[in-house]
Formats: sequence, structure tokens, C-alpha cells
Amino acid sequence: MIPAFIVENSPALMVIVPLVAAFLSPFIGRISSMVRSIWVGGAMAVTSTIALILALDVYSAGTRLYVFGASAASAAVPPDSGGIPIRIIFEIDQMSALMLVITAISGFAIILYSLSSERSHTGLESFYTLYLLMITGILGMVSTGDIFNFFVFLEILSLASAGLIAYRVDGGVAVEAALKYFVLSTIGALAILVAIGIYYGQYNALNMAMIAARMQFSVLDQVALVLIIAALAMKCGAVPMHFWTPDAYSMAPSSITALLVVASQASLYGLFRTVFTLYNVTLNAATVGWLIIILGVLSMVVGVTMAIPQKNVKRLMAYHAVSQTGYMLLGVGVGLAVLGNQSLLDAFGYMAMEGGIFHIINHAMYKGLLFLTAGAIFLRVGTYNLNRMGGLGHSMKWTMVFFVIGALAIAGIPPFNGFASKLMIYESVFVFNPLLAVIAMVVSILTLASFVKVFHSIFMGPALPEYSGVREAPMPMLVGMGILAVVVILFGLFPGIVVESLITPAAHALVDQGAYIGAVLGGA
Amino acid sequence: MSKIVRTGANLLYPFILIFGLYVIMHGHLTPGGGFQGGAVVATAVALVIVAYSFEEVTAMIKKVGMKARESIGLLLFIGAGIAALAIGAPFFSNFLANSGLLFGQVVPSGPNPGDLNTAGVIPIMNLAVGIEVWGGLAVILLYMLSGITKEGS
Repeated sequence: MIPAFIVENSPALMVIVPLVAAFLSPFIGRISSMVRSIWVGGAMAVTSTIALILALDVYSAGTRLYVFGASAASAAVPPDSGGIPIRIIFEIDQMSALMLVITAISGFAIILYSLSSERSHTGLESFYTLYLLMITGILGMVSTGDIFNFFVFLEILSLASAGLIAYRVDGGVAVEAALKYFVLSTIGALAILVAIGIYYGQYNALNMAMIAARMQFSVLDQVALVLIIAALAMKCGAVPMHFWTPDAYSMAPSSITALLVVASQASLYGLFRTVFTLYNVTLNAATVGWLIIILGVLSMVVGVTMAIPQKNVKRLMAYHAVSQTGYMLLGVGVGLAVLGNQSLLDAFGYMAMEGGIFHIINHAMYKGLLFLTAGAIFLRVGTYNLNRMGGLGHSMKWTMVFFVIGALAIAGIPPFNGFASKLMIYESVFVFNPLLAVIAMVVSILTLASFVKVFHSIFMGPALPEYSGVREAPMPMLVGMGILAVVVILFGLFPGIVVESLITPAAHALVDQGAYIGAVLGGA
Repeated sequence: MSKIVRTGANLLYPFILIFGLYVIMHGHLTPGGGFQGGAVVATAVALVIVAYSFEEVTAMIKKVGMKARESIGLLLFIGAGIAALAIGAPFFSNFLANSGLLFGQVVPSGPNPGDLNTAGVIPIMNLAVGIEVWGGLAVILLYMLSGITKEGS
């Protein structure tokens, strides 16, 4: 069985392992690139395993606390602090555990892929250091129970991402995209920092549970809410703050783009955590709920309509990522809009939230898969331009299969996972407001249309003479894509089991503010 | 630069280093700490860059060494946290404070002159951050320097 030491310290270990591996990889890379590949691959495997162990533990035994620097890992409130939890606390409930699962699966699949796809590039020692730092940032963001600590991990993530977006300089275009991302991230992070200052000034606490317990929803809190929603909606690429995503997603190496999708989900998690855990019923649920719904609908519609005319396959996919983020905002926004009204929440609110949260994990899998296939095509063909591709189905059969799986999943076609979560969103949102459900379905149809076009221009048609030498992508890349594809299919075939065991506990944990506070402060 | 600047830089260099190290090591007692001290030490690197030519600077200060400092500092920092795990306490637990070992002198309650040999792992972490910031800022300065040289030559 799993040693008790690892289970007890898993919240710390899942941050320690990638950090140590990241800072040792420049030294280990000096031995040989083979050793480095084994080192970073192994470190990521260990990190994923620890994160999964922790998630399993949370799902079976309930919320886990880990207090850094205390005498015992569960001593949240020191006896001489006047009842305020002063230390940095990791608080992992079922919602956090779900995000850990997403990060663990994607992170492992993507590193397998990038070990092969980046092999011939220079500057790999910093590539893997930054990759592991990104993983650290995501894992920290979704686990932390301390809002300043959240900001710190957000900054770790932003800095590492900016470095990786600029990784292939590409005549300065990638650097420009990275600079754009970096400036916007910094502005967003500053907004969050101001909001944190507002909380700290009012409630003398940085611990999320403590702030939530003392929340008054004063004017200052409303200002802080606006700052946090704006910053995190920008980070997850919601319209009208989406303009960095096409640049950053298309210029980053494909493996990093797939990880950026996971990173944007972590920002989404932060947004939901703020709204549901920090504020919960104190805020005007209908207003804020509708605000998030409108953000979601805008993202869906603008994202998909911008995606249709794109000629660069990665820009196109980036706009689709914006569009899909809209579904998550829509689902969870509907849940938020009826928060506080238990009968409506039971009637369709929980289901909408479950749909939105299920879509987070599904999106990370199929969108990651699509970006990885785009990277595999680029590796062999050397272009992202759809007009210059064609007939690749003859030579890259496996990549085509994976692309089809991803494309059908994103369009919401059964039996893939996108269908399962979208159906939940349609059904519940229809009860709330039929128009929203209709918009969501139209967007899905447009998504399908767009991907039919992409599929046709990349894979169909006669084999082109200029691509006669094109071979299938290397095996590790196929394995990385295969892991995600298997998850996409399994989640689509057995959505009931997944929803029951993973998604429903997460949605209830998100709504249940009292349990989150009680885990830290006791009783409540 | 002129001989005056170089001589001045030569004279100042050890003092800047010592002052920076002083700020780092007294981080748990006085204002300042690892980051501030590390930044002061890095200004010594900046001084060398200002005073000497590109070839002399690159001969004196190696980028590889500075990058190594960056990693070693961070590893030392995490290592101090992991050491707590090894003795069964949570990560980052201050197991050295008041233990009588390194930096472990028991601090009397109330006003006291401030003894360096206190605070447990905090001075170790300050030292780690100091090394890291020294390396990190020096690398940034060296990259900026390489940009300027290409422009000038």
C-alpha cells in the first residue's frame, strides 16, 4: 500500500517534487540530454502520482488541510494567535481534488509528448525548469487555502508561462505574444493584489476560510470582487478580455499551449472559488450570476465566430478554447444565479454547475489533445497554415484518429466526453432560460462546422507531392496524445460514473461554504 | 571607463559585497533580508559591468556560475523546508528555533540586543534567497550587457 508518510505529506510533496526537479534539471542536463529526459519525465510521473494519491484521499476521506511550518499538519489555528489562522494553509476539498486530477493527467501526457517534440531544440534546461514551475504554479493555485499564497502561485505560473510562450523566438513574434501575455498577467495580478489588500485591511486575515467567515459584502468587498473577477476572467480568456489567447496559444510550442489550457482552467477555478467560497450567499447571487452568464455567452459566441475565418490552425483552436470556456462560465454562472434558493438549486442549479465543472475536465482533455495533434502536424509539415496543408490522412493515420476524437468531442458529438457535459449544460440551462440553451447549441453546431473544415483541409484530399516524405509522429508523442484520447473516450462512454464519483462531490464542495470554513476554523 | 572609475570600483567592490552579506545575514534581526541583501551584492556586479569593458567583465563574471548560484540558492531554500519533513514535522517547520543547535539559541522574552545565533531556519532561508537573488540579478545584468555590446561594436 501507499506509505502513510506520503499520504500525510502529499499536499507539500506535490509542490516540493516539481520544484526540486525543476532546479536540479539544469545540473542534471549537463550529464546528457537522455538523463535529463528521464529525470524530468520521472519527476512529472512522481508529481502526478502524488497528486492522484491526494485526490483519491480527498474523495474518500474528505477535505484535507496542510499547514506549512506548524508543529502538526492539521494545526490550522495556533493557540496564541487569537483564533486567526496565520500560517499558509493548503486546503484541498473535492473541487481542488478534481483540478489536481486534471493537472496530473494532462501534465504527464504533455511531458511525454514534449520529451519527443522538443528534443531537437536548444535551451532545453530552462524549458523543463519552466515547465515544472508551471506545474507547481497550477497545483499550488488549486490547492491553496490562503489568498495571498494564491497570488504567489499565480505569479509563478504567469512568469513561467511567459517564458515558455517566448521559447521559440520565431523572429520576435513569439516574444511579442509573450510580452502581451506578461503585461496583461501583471495587470491582472496587481488587481488581485489590490483586492487582497482590501480583504486584509478589513478582516485582518489572508486565509480564505477566515475571510469567508467574516465576509460583510461591504462596498469595498464589491470593489474587490470586481477586481478579482476581471483579473481571473482575463486569465482564463473570457471575452472581452480574450485578446491575448490567440497570440499566446498560437506562438507557444504546442505542448505548452496544451498546458496553458490547464493553466487557464486553474484561473477559472480561482474565479469560482472566490465567488462561491469567499462570498457565497452574501453577494447578490442573481446579479453576479448573470454577469458570469453574460461573460460566458459572449465568450461562446465571439469565440466561435472569430474561430471560423482563421487560417492558422492553432489560432483557430485558441478561439475555440475561448468559446469552450464560455460553456463553463455559463454552467457555473447559472448555478450561481440561483444560489441561496435551495429548491431551484436542486431542480437545475447543481446540474448546471456539474455540467460546467465536468466541462472543465473534458475541455482540458480534448483541447489539450487537439493542440498536441496540431503540434504533431507542425513537426512533420512545418506550417500551421490550413491553406497549405492537405492529404495528410494518408501518412499520419494515428494523428488523424486523435484529431477526429478531439474534434468530435469539442463539437459535442456522442459518445465523446464533450457530449456528456454539454448535454448536462443544455438540459439544466434550458430550464433556467431557454434562450441561453439555444445559443449554446448553435455555438456547438458552429464548432462542428469549423472543425469539419479544419479536418477536411488538413487530412482529406489526395496526398500532396510536397508532403510525400511526411511520416507519422514519433511514438512518445502518440503515447501522450493517446493518454488524453483514452480519457476523452472513457469519460464519454461512462459519464454517469465520472459525474457521480468526481463531479457531484466537487460541485457540492464548491457550494458548501460552511464546510470549507469549518475545516479550518473548526465547528463553524 | 577611466582609471579613476576603475580604481573606485576596485575599492568599493569588497565593501559592497560585505555590506550585502551583512544585510543577508542579519535579515532576521534588522530591516532587510535575503532579497535586499542579494540585490546589494548584485549591485557590485553592476559596478564591475559599468567600470570594465565587455571582455574583462565576461572574464571576471561567468554566466554559468551565476546560473548555478540561482539554482543552488533555490535548492538550499527548499532543502531547509524538506529537512523539517525528514524529522516528521510539516514542510517549512522551524525545527531549529530554540533547539540549541545552529541558529538555535533560546531567545529571552522581552527587549534584547538581538543575537545573530537565533531564529532557526529563517537565517538559512535568508542566506538561500540572498544567493539566489545575487545569481538571478547578475544573470539579468549580464544579458542586458550583451545587448549593449552588440549595439556598440
